[in-house]
Amino acid sequence: MAEYLVLIYEDEKSYEAADEATMKRVMAGHMQFGEKHGAVIRGGNALESTSTATSVRKGATGDLNVTDGPFSETKEGLGGYYVIEAADLDAALVIARDVPAEFGGVEVRPIRVFD
Amino acid sequence: MAVDPAVARAVADAHRMEWAFVLAATVRVTADLDLAEECVQAAFAKALVAWGPSSIPARPGAWLTTTARNLALDQLRRETVLRRHLPLLVEDETAPPFVWGRAHEIEDDRLRLIFTCCHPSLAVATQVALTLRFVCGLTTTEVARAFLVSESTMAARLTRAKRKITQARIPYRTPRLDELADRITAVLQVVHLVFTTGHASPRGDELVRDDLVEQGLLLARMLGDLLPNDLGIEGLLALLVLTDARRAARLVDGRLVLLADQDRAAWDRDAIAEGTHLAEAALEGSPPSIYALMAAIAAIHDNSPSWEATDFTAIVGHYDALMAAWPSPVVALNRAVAIGFAQGARAGLRALEPLAAEPLLAAYPYFPAARADFCRRVGDVRSARLFYEEALMLTANEVERAHLERQLAELGS
Repeated sequence: MAEYLVLIYEDEKSYEAADEATMKRVMAGHMQFGEKHGAVIRGGNALESTSTATSVRKGATGDLNVTDGPFSETKEGLGGYYVIEAADLDAALVIARDVPAEFGGVEVRPIRVFD
Repeated sequence: MAVDPAVARAVADAHRMEWAFVLAATVRVTADLDLAEECVQAAFAKALVAWGPSSIPARPGAWLTTTARNLALDQLRRETVLRRHLPLLVEDETAPPFVWGRAHEIEDDRLRLIFTCCHPSLAVATQVALTLRFVCGLTTTEVARAFLVSESTMAARLTRAKRKITQARIPYRTPRLDELADRITAVLQVVHLVFTTGHASPRGDELVRDDLVEQGLLLARMLGDLLPNDLGIEGLLALLVLTDARRAARLVDGRLVLLADQDRAAWDRDAIAEGTHLAEAALEGSPPSIYALMAAIAAIHDNSPSWEATDFTAIVGHYDALMAAWPSPVVALNRAVAIGFAQGARAGLRALEPLAAEPLLAAYPYFPAARADFCRRVGDVRSARLFYEEALMLTANEVERAHLERQLAELGS
């Protein structure tokens, strides 16, 4: 068994413009995902929008720069994640396909194991 | 010590025909593509010395597999403590254990190897590179040459791919029945790309790379053996066989000869018979695969006594079906060209016209070349010249350039 991080990237503008019915549908989708795959979900969270992000990175002189915004600006922002357990990538992709992300998609990354 | 020519030939044959079998069976032991590859290479080298002209094994693949696996086991015993990498994920639920001394019972793992190399989580170009390297047994240098990149670039690309296979845990297994159709589609695309890369070498001074054409055909045949009754595979094999049947007539003295001008007596009649038979079977699919449709078009050309007698109306019909299944600009271009031959050059020009707005064709030399050809036929020499010149700017293959330059010269002034 291995663990995978499923990163949910979606267009934030679509969420801002979404009506109540859409939001209900999204929430129901995640509830349904949780019920279907509860046995292999090891964790997960929704994130506040990227406009709330603060990035900290080392500047040219070695001191830390704190800037407003996410680490990289992309059309689709990281909006949430799940940690899932799966035997292999094929199994992980079958689960990832069920993650609701109607305004974007998900990225599946194996979690590194140090021995 | 000089190697006996019969032995050298037997080893070369085994390399071409059995590489994938031997490697796939060895991966089962090593759970590591690199180590398996090293041991298989060593087993082939050993065969050159161990085999004598009168002692070539009846089943070279079994001999090579046993040898490669023994080498692998020795290697693994020595370094068990220090395995640096995560092992490849070998799923064992269906595989019987390997029985030593009974090499003829080695389970065939080639499908696992193919499906791992053609996993959809890898970029298509990477799938092609992995397949050439591990399924076809090409060296990294040869794979680099197929992609027209440097050896170090290709080595880095292959290393990255192998790392992803182990670290993301792409399993070494045959897909389940419910995934099989999708996964076969990916494999067919890879095999088709191997063949077309060889058939129309995108750059350089060779129009045809015989080695890649051969590998494409071998892969398609291997798939046909491993997954019999798959109409998609049958369609692809039909297409490759029917296309390759014209190889001897396609290039004369290094010059590209268009289908219309080829010496049809030089076409391989046995291949045409085989390909036509396969194409007919593949067309029974509902709906037929894109390869079956392309094979059907190739079969019409191959069975026509002359270019003039070709049933272009039937060809346009197949292109219509192909457009419905695979609406790509290149298919649209070929369809428009077929219309030109079915209904006349003016109709062809009209069909080509709307494709000028297609961004994917903007750098595609066959598009202006087709327009040039039809313009020439309707007597519009001025436009023909401009389009030939445009095609020349877009093509880097020396043989095709020479062809276009001849066409341009024949226009006169």
